[in-house]
Amino acid sequence: MCLAIPAAVVTIDSAGDNATVAIGEVHKSISLALVENVSVGDYVLVHVGYALEKIDPQEAEKTLALFAELATVDLAEVTSAGETTP
Amino acid sequence: MKYIQEFRDQQLARQIAANIAAIADPQRHYHFMEFCGGHTHAIFRYGVQDLMPDNVRFVHGPGCPVCVLPMGRIDLMIRLLREHDVILCTYGDLLRVPASGRTSLMKVKAEGADVRMVYSTRDALNIARDNPAREVVFFAIGFETTTPPTAVAILQAQQLGLRNFSVFCNHVLTPSAISGLLDTPATEPKATDEPALRLDGFLGPSHVSSIIGTRPYEFVPQRYHKPVVIAGFEPLDVMQATLMLIAQLNEGRCEVENEYTRVVTRDGNRKAMALVDSVMERRDSFEWRGLGWIPDSALQIRDQFADFDAERRFASLADGDAPQSVDHKACACPSILRGVKKPIDCKLFGTACTPENPMGSCMVSSEGACAAYWSYGRFRDPMPRPMPNSAGQREVAAP
Repeated sequence: MCLAIPAAVVTIDSAGDNATVAIGEVHKSISLALVENVSVGDYVLVHVGYALEKIDPQEAEKTLALFAELATVDLAEVTSAGETTP
Repeated sequence: MKYIQEFRDQQLARQIAANIAAIADPQRHYHFMEFCGGHTHAIFRYGVQDLMPDNVRFVHGPGCPVCVLPMGRIDLMIRLLREHDVILCTYGDLLRVPASGRTSLMKVKAEGADVRMVYSTRDALNIARDNPAREVVFFAIGFETTTPPTAVAILQAQQLGLRNFSVFCNHVLTPSAISGLLDTPATEPKATDEPALRLDGFLGPSHVSSIIGTRPYEFVPQRYHKPVVIAGFEPLDVMQATLMLIAQLNEGRCEVENEYTRVVTRDGNRKAMALVDSVMERRDSFEWRGLGWIPDSALQIRDQFADFDAERRFASLADGDAPQSVDHKACACPSILRGVKKPIDCKLFGTACTPENPMGSCMVSSEGACAAYWSYGRFRDPMPRPMPNSAGQREVAAP
């Protein structure tokens, strides 16, 4: 029930209350009642017809970079130290 | 799709798995509860458990709103439908949940009651607007993620002057459920055949936390000495958060960390929380399936919105008048929701109880642990099983 889908904001109505978002190739009208400062091109999480929160593209990049960074960690060193943190 | 595919990358999954295998201490066990049904499904759908060393185990939590709703609340709605000519709007998951006397909202609908499945509270408002002569009740369930849309609907109904719209409020609170879960074994031993709950940490909710932030979990390490890592719902998020939990335990740390930083902040979505707070307040106590009555664990509608509160609008829904709910005797849902039993420990699982003919709520809801075991068929390969200890060699299920 708590599932929410990342969607790109395509248009915002003049009052700023509602937006059309694209989820893949599907367009959908959602409410912006729960969020602030959303612009066209932003990604939002959509849940039961409402945008819950904006997705922070920089943080997403950082998380992905963290996965990649971990992938290059010298595993033998991690094991022997036992203290290395991600 | 952006923000989905890259968090399901197979190669990265293998690499995180290898990192987990490298830092997991073979001398100890790691039992982590994924609170949310959404995590349970990610773990089963993508085979995340199979990528873990044998001493890293996931315990499935009560974060499935349909699963924890006591049967009596559905019985109340069925009674309402039989006594009044109302339109009942509900999210789809609730329709098939077994109620007392082998009935369900779906069966009552087949008998002629006007039960309508909605995707959004906005649909329920539209139905109320289009049917001014009928009472329209929205059966509101869900954790903090789903609560703000209900609050917005009540505010909009007030603005629109909709006098025929009301909400049957069953919204529940995640931090209270964590307390209830950790307090229960100590204060109130349930069935005597129940093993004790083994728990070393929590994978914290994704979207509940997008609303409430990470701050409300800070009591968990402080009071219960269990680490919490907020994790996104994609498989790589779950794996990375698991790695972070293992690192905390290995280093003797115990704190709230956030893996899902692209959405979750420490303070959460203040606008959404303020909207909820303007319309709802805490109930003294609320009954949870499996966890019993937990103080301050649910919300009710504030006095100034009493006109929109179905419990005050219809006398038959008043407190103290609820039918006694009795779960099926052999159904293990209550123990499964507390994390002390697995679906395969239930005598009904896969025999009398399947998604086509569910006996318990954990099989009905697409988020329930029983539905996850059944849908992805992984119970056919019982764990633990002899496997090489190098997780990097294991196959990732195709997304």
